[in-house]
Amino acid sequence: MTSTPADLSASPTPRLALRGIVKQYPGCRANDGIDLVVMPGECHALLGENGAGKSTLVKIVAGVLQADEGEILWEGAPVRIGSPAAARTLGIGMVFQHFSLFDSMTVAENVALGVDWRGAMADLSRRVAEVSARYGLALDPARRVCDLSVGERQRVEIVRSLLQDPKLLIMDEPTSVLTPQEIESLFAVLRRLTAEGRSILYISHKLAEIRTLCERATVLRGGRVSGTCDPREETAASLARMMIGTDLAPPVRAAAPRVGEPRLVLDRLSLTSETPFSTALDAVSLTVSAGEIVGIAGVAGNGQAELLSALSGEALVAVPEAIRIDGVAAGHLGPRRRRALGMGFVPEERLGRGAVPEMSLADNVLLSAHRAAGMVRGGMIRFSRAKGFAERVIDAFHVAAAGPRAVARSLSGGNLQKFIVGREIMQNPRLLVVAQPTWGVDAGSAAAIHRDLIALADAGTAVLVVSQDLDELFAICDRIAVICQGRLSPSRPVRAATVEEIGLLMGGVFHLEETSHAS
Amino acid sequence: MSDAELLTLSAILAAMVRAATPLVFAALGELVTERAGVLNLGIEGMMLIGAVAAFAVAHADGGILLSIAAGAAAGMAIAALFAVLALGLRANQVACGLALSLFGVGLSAFLGKGLIGTPIEALPALPLPGLSRIPVIGKALFDHDILVYLSVLAAPAIHLFLFRSRAGLILRAVGENHDAAHAIGYAVLRVRLLAVLFGGAMAGLGGAYLSLTYTPMWVENMAAGRGWIALALVVFATWRPARALLGAYLFGGVTILQLHAQNWGVGVPSQILAMLPYVATIVVLVAISRDESKIKLNAPACLGKVFHSGR
Amino acid sequence: MRLEARLEPSRAMMVAAPLLAVAATLAAGGLLFAALGFDPLAALFTFFVSPLGDLTGVSEWLLKATPLALIAIGLALGFRGNVWNIGAEGQLTMGAVAAGGTALALYEASGFWVLPLVLTAGVLGGAAYAALPAVLRTRFHANEILTSLMLNYVAILVLAWLVHGPWRSPEGYNFPETRMFTDAALLPALIEGTRLHVGALFVPVVALVVWAVLSRSFLGFQIKVIGLTPAAGSYAGFSPNRVIWFSLLVGGGLAGLAGAMEVCGPIGQLVPSVSPGYGYTAIIAAFLGRSHPLGIVLAALLLALTYLGGDAAQIALAVPLAVIQVFQGMILFFLLAADVLIRYRVRFSARVQTGGTR
Repeated sequence: MTSTPADLSASPTPRLALRGIVKQYPGCRANDGIDLVVMPGECHALLGENGAGKSTLVKIVAGVLQADEGEILWEGAPVRIGSPAAARTLGIGMVFQHFSLFDSMTVAENVALGVDWRGAMADLSRRVAEVSARYGLALDPARRVCDLSVGERQRVEIVRSLLQDPKLLIMDEPTSVLTPQEIESLFAVLRRLTAEGRSILYISHKLAEIRTLCERATVLRGGRVSGTCDPREETAASLARMMIGTDLAPPVRAAAPRVGEPRLVLDRLSLTSETPFSTALDAVSLTVSAGEIVGIAGVAGNGQAELLSALSGEALVAVPEAIRIDGVAAGHLGPRRRRALGMGFVPEERLGRGAVPEMSLADNVLLSAHRAAGMVRGGMIRFSRAKGFAERVIDAFHVAAAGPRAVARSLSGGNLQKFIVGREIMQNPRLLVVAQPTWGVDAGSAAAIHRDLIALADAGTAVLVVSQDLDELFAICDRIAVICQGRLSPSRPVRAATVEEIGLLMGGVFHLEETSHAS
Repeated sequence: MSDAELLTLSAILAAMVRAATPLVFAALGELVTERAGVLNLGIEGMMLIGAVAAFAVAHADGGILLSIAAGAAAGMAIAALFAVLALGLRANQVACGLALSLFGVGLSAFLGKGLIGTPIEALPALPLPGLSRIPVIGKALFDHDILVYLSVLAAPAIHLFLFRSRAGLILRAVGENHDAAHAIGYAVLRVRLLAVLFGGAMAGLGGAYLSLTYTPMWVENMAAGRGWIALALVVFATWRPARALLGAYLFGGVTILQLHAQNWGVGVPSQILAMLPYVATIVVLVAISRDESKIKLNAPACLGKVFHSGR
Repeated sequence: MRLEARLEPSRAMMVAAPLLAVAATLAAGGLLFAALGFDPLAALFTFFVSPLGDLTGVSEWLLKATPLALIAIGLALGFRGNVWNIGAEGQLTMGAVAAGGTALALYEASGFWVLPLVLTAGVLGGAAYAALPAVLRTRFHANEILTSLMLNYVAILVLAWLVHGPWRSPEGYNFPETRMFTDAALLPALIEGTRLHVGALFVPVVALVVWAVLSRSFLGFQIKVIGLTPAAGSYAGFSPNRVIWFSLLVGGGLAGLAGAMEVCGPIGQLVPSVSPGYGYTAIIAAFLGRSHPLGIVLAALLLALTYLGGDAAQIALAVPLAVIQVFQGMILFFLLAADVLIRYRVRFSARVQTGGTR
């Protein structure tokens, strides 16, 4: 809580200063009078929970959105940033978290689209090669983006921004899709950029990496600045308090779970890839037993989506015995028959897969729980039963909703996730498969979901969690395995595993011999 | 072959080119529209409006160029109606396209009532010097009116635009991922509006060709499903201009062959032969759609999706 | 002017949008008539009110609304499930062909069973024809919009071939038509002295059954889920192919029934054209009626009126009959425009932006 804009009169001109930025959406004030100062050569963290207003704020700086009120000063002079092109002209570059590459186009075309390039493609390719070489960001301009790994895609975005020679680079959650080793090399690039005098506005909710990378941080909560600080002088706990407002107890997993009989057995599960955009599964084997939580880590796009659809029954497997649920060969069974065997499933996309956005919570209960509580008889729906079930889920899992008639879309991400997890748990599954349980969910809901999953396992259900969030997996799992390019590593007890080791597996180094070559 | 047979062959080839031309226009226009991520099912309506407008101007002695321009402008005007609904008001594109087709059929018939049965002079042929003297092929390919040449030139021009120009790159980017294009700072709706208008103008030209040269007169509902066939051609072409051209000529061939088969007295009723182009469309569509990944790989990823600028 | 997303779709606007669209159509129609040099109010009266002046008018109105409502209810099932059957015109035609063929085959027969058999044949003919796009979509992923539409042209050519060729009436002086069906194959009149037949009674029954399926049954729920969010349907384990088959077969069957009732009712034989575009107009009826059976019945009544109005306007004002399609097209356009109010609020200030994530 050291500096305000007034204190800086003696120091050099800030590169960027925001004063009283306000952005109003229907029903919520995403930014409510935000001040922020970024100095030349500084790596400035913008810290906050999901929904705190970080993305809105940086979109305003990048010219994607316009503020309703407030002032933007660029190198001391007030400016209006009317479009992303105007931001680029000023020297503001942005690396988006999602949504800014064109899959079916080449790297060179993607770069050309982002840099207002009017010259020949060959010249651009040469410039791409120069910048890649200078910062150690290897790229082949002729490759199509859909063939690149997630890390490589991020490189395309970074190189695209660097070609503009930006004075301020905005990075929106850049590490959420990277392995620990990739994160290290990204940080090396970022340190180099600040050494060249460029500023970085670094958005994250990961406290550890902010403490290693940034010298100043602005913390947002509910659309307002809840504090500014030097993160190196704070603890993770004090940063978290600024971010969340209260202390959250970390989930506690019992020392030694009482593990029962196997509930899910994957036996050399293989699935050929349907489209050029998907990953084939290659002889995935895994056992999840009653009472334990098993985690699958991995960088996005390494076969998680395919594994999950093979588990849910949305993709059928040629060999029925490759998936056994409670001892029954189930590879050839669709989702409804697998649920009949006692499997519950929480998909990665809450809105648009786990729930129909336009339908009420009561109707959304019918999606997966129509067998339960006699909701359907003789082909006709008994709406009162569905409504009652929804009410019970809302009560038991503390879902903040207007009631069972509220449409799914009207719930916040965290509350909808609690509802979906609750809907599955209320059906007393013998096996629960959960994808990204707390992705984009506020910290309070995330803690509640973690507690619910642990309680479920303690009560004897087998739980399989597929997540990209290593912290989460280390917090709640008993065993952990890593998926990479459609192959699954053997699982190991979480207590015996280190983040570095899992990180190497995420990078595809499955055998120790290879480790020595790779590092 | 005898001279008479060669002459017939030449005439058949020339008729094939003529039958293909409206499809070339309509399919190429829709191809550009779809590359920008907009599915406009209203081609049939736009063609008919273009046909009646061009014919009305020609009938009033408006001259060749003005008639052609009227066809294009009318197609573009009615496409603007689609754009207001589908882009401006974010209505479902499938529904808007259907509405456009149904409305176009009615409106063209309404406007064209007084024009029925009044013939006009077809667009004059412009034989290409030298080339048109080549035996058989010359008469078949190089002795047509200006619209035929224009349609053939449109294919490479659109190819160059889409794959070699910056504007084309942006248009494809908008069709591929409108959120990303918006985030980088491209005006998604403006690009789409222009693409829809271009599609409308091309469909209008296709219609103008029907009423100015192909028949040449105004007949109610004279597009006879060509707008829908053009839609299928875009899928068949996997969104590539050269293949759309090829597809249109293939269909021109089928149309002409069934007409000639009727003349040659093949022992099949004329109604059954007349089904051929429609059946062929279905067959072609099935053949290309069978491999789902082929469509997924080539179709613009945002085709038919509504764009919300707030996101 | 800006569009601001509503948090929830407005139920009031769901009902108000079609009414707004009708009002706008009347206004635009008035302008159209004024532009043609008529007194707009008098012309609108001629178009929309005068046809209903007597019992004959009312009976003709219900007669035309019957096929529209039956077809549109069937189409609506598909539209709910994102199955775009544009081939109702062809399915109607094939229903007419199957019914007509049966009626001609039973030319010598008499008895109460003839008519049910003929109508059943119509249903089966329409359903079988709709099975073609269903199989092409489920087996080969071919877009049902294009295939079903192409089949419309094919069906009309099939009918043309039959009435010009093998089924042409021996005593018809070479006109392209079949023999008149015998009384056993004809639908009895509902009101003596009018053309309105008992087939109109199918409408309330079908509307009720389809309403129950859509809003009360688990199958209807599955259709809606798959229509709104295919991924959620796949998560739940609902079969999209089942929805495609169900909605196309039911839609085709109802269109076939409508076709059978046209040839066994007002027409009484097979002729080259058995429908003035009911299959296309029904698409508009399905939209205008919000894909809800009751709404569709009302929409069908309104659209049926445009047919009568077109006839009346042609006689009284000498405007082309195509004015019918112009009015129908305008209704659909205005409806699609008015629908924006269901999901968005119109704001006239520039302060607030359309919704989004933070």
